[in-house]
Amino acid sequence: MSQPFTALSGHAAPMPEENIDTDIIFPARFLLITAKAGLGRYAFHDRRFDANGAQIADYVLNQAAFNAAPFIVAGANFGSGSSREQAVWAIAGLGVRCIIAAGFGEIFHSNCQRNGILPITLPAETVTELMVAAQTEQTFAVDLETQSLTVGNRAFAFDIAPERKLALLNGWDETAVLLHQYSGAIAEFETRQKASVPWLYAEDDAS
Amino acid sequence: MTACTLYEKLWNAHAVAELPGGETLLYIDRQILHEVSSPQAFVAMREAGRRLRRPQTHIAVVDHAVPTRSPRADGIRHGTIEDAQAASQIAELETNVRDFAVPYAELDGAEQGIVHVIGPESGFTLPGTTIVCGDSHTTTHGAFGALAFGIGASEQGTVMAAQCLRQKRAKTMRIDLSGTRHPLVFAKDIALAIIAQIGADGAAGHAVEFTGPALRSMSMAERMTLCNMMIEAGSRVGLVAPDDVTFAFLKGRRLAPKGALWDQAVAAWRDLASDPDAAYDRVIEFDVGALVPQVSWGTTPDQTLPIDAALPDPAALDEGPARRQAEKALAYMGLAPGQSITDIAITHAFIGSCTNGRIEDIRAAAAIAQGRKVAPGIKAIVVPGSAATRAAAEAEGLDRILIEAGFEWRLAGCSMCVAMNDDRLKPGERCASTSNRNFEGRQGPGGRTHLMSPAMAAAAAIAGHIADVREYVA
Repeated sequence: MSQPFTALSGHAAPMPEENIDTDIIFPARFLLITAKAGLGRYAFHDRRFDANGAQIADYVLNQAAFNAAPFIVAGANFGSGSSREQAVWAIAGLGVRCIIAAGFGEIFHSNCQRNGILPITLPAETVTELMVAAQTEQTFAVDLETQSLTVGNRAFAFDIAPERKLALLNGWDETAVLLHQYSGAIAEFETRQKASVPWLYAEDDAS
Repeated sequence: MTACTLYEKLWNAHAVAELPGGETLLYIDRQILHEVSSPQAFVAMREAGRRLRRPQTHIAVVDHAVPTRSPRADGIRHGTIEDAQAASQIAELETNVRDFAVPYAELDGAEQGIVHVIGPESGFTLPGTTIVCGDSHTTTHGAFGALAFGIGASEQGTVMAAQCLRQKRAKTMRIDLSGTRHPLVFAKDIALAIIAQIGADGAAGHAVEFTGPALRSMSMAERMTLCNMMIEAGSRVGLVAPDDVTFAFLKGRRLAPKGALWDQAVAAWRDLASDPDAAYDRVIEFDVGALVPQVSWGTTPDQTLPIDAALPDPAALDEGPARRQAEKALAYMGLAPGQSITDIAITHAFIGSCTNGRIEDIRAAAAIAQGRKVAPGIKAIVVPGSAATRAAAEAEGLDRILIEAGFEWRLAGCSMCVAMNDDRLKPGERCASTSNRNFEGRQGPGGRTHLMSPAMAAAAAIAGHIADVREYVA
């Protein structure tokens, strides 16, 4: 169960850069931490802090207007690279609930939706426009129910798969939903597969 | 019947249910677990009081956080790990595999190694299967004609409990490899050149299948390198249709089918190949004949150039993302516009990883190192991808050649590819690396990474700067 996604409004932290990978979002050395909670302090760590741990003043997330922003606006291929879900947990730990980009790393995108974060993909020209709006500290507002993003007096529609939308709106645990709805279908699949591909069941039978 | 690609055949064979909204519930045959991305999935299992639906479809191993050295003469690492967090993470996996009855390739055992090296070596990776792992380079297993992709921790928990995942079908891309390579041009060079051509997100949303005569003549190791690197073009899935090379590799492996089941399996696997008239959303023809060794110069894998090129001059590019990215990359990498790639001095060389840590890779490095010496002041390490790879290399005497040349010979693990253990760069240090990512800080905060083949990394270690391996023929 993740936090249900409802309406959201506030500033958007502008990150006008392509290919912000999950190593930038959550450096690998912090992957030794096995907790899910409290990872916000490590988000974008090597951009936010210098080698001595001091804040780098001009980094966007260290500026007063953006350090509690619930939105991020970023260039294409945001969250590319490693599958580490810590990247999503860390961003969630900052209080961010919606990321707008011209494209996402696919595993990161999938991880967002399983943690109550809404990833919105918009055309590159629109993102360029929104980047300016973010930099000038305009208020972003998103309504997932109507699939509408409002910035100033402009509204932008976005796509999301209907099932993903329901899951986000309700904060559903995907595993519980699958087990509840599809246990029968899964068992039937296994019966069929065991007959046609028996070598994939040799170890189950041996154990 | 409609002509199908390999990807479509794999997908259709694993579709449990079509879901409202266009996604498919996909059956997952195999899951590989490692110490770094699985703890939170096991916590979720415990909290919900769930058991693994089919424990025997899993294999667990420690690779990411493990040190690649041991203070003990016998090379045993258990009980010697100084980093308390790493030791605790390994202990947590050991508790989890015991409590949930998951098969485990233990730290000092003969099957320990990098997830994407041990899967194939043990026969856990088989054609026609779906395979997932909490690691983006799971694309590697696609070299066997398996639908294999990286997932997050939440999805790992779903697979443990339900043996299924919700997935959206990808578009298909075919990359046809033709031509005859220079003997010192490798799969790594081909992968880097393709990524440079199509971009770091050039294959996003697509499952990439490699075909063509230059592919068919490749070993399994090279096919794995190609598929491994496809995530660096944004694709979650790389694929090669299985053939006699695949079957010869797998036959007799511990978890491969035996006896009559083997014959039945091979017959089924032969039918996986894409139908001759199957349609792809995108087709790329790639001639490997003219290719020279490749080196990444920037901070994304598509910032790659041929060894005989000069670095780009951002001032000569039009205003826009490409120029901005080039400026940023040159600044981070501490390089000058227009500089020759062969003039870039290194401090480290790293040979290993799930991309290039197999026996063929170590042979290629040793062939260059034989009778030569690592340049003074260069730290050069060779980290076999698995304990079995290490043993095979030692049986061939490759360790002695490399040690004699001045390389360190390490124990198996991810090591300097992910820099979670003590193998990492300090700020400003520069590594000729056979790994897969040149991201900022990937090999340590402030570290600088140049991606290349094992032979090229060995040549760089010897020269002390990035060098053209074609000048180092034995």
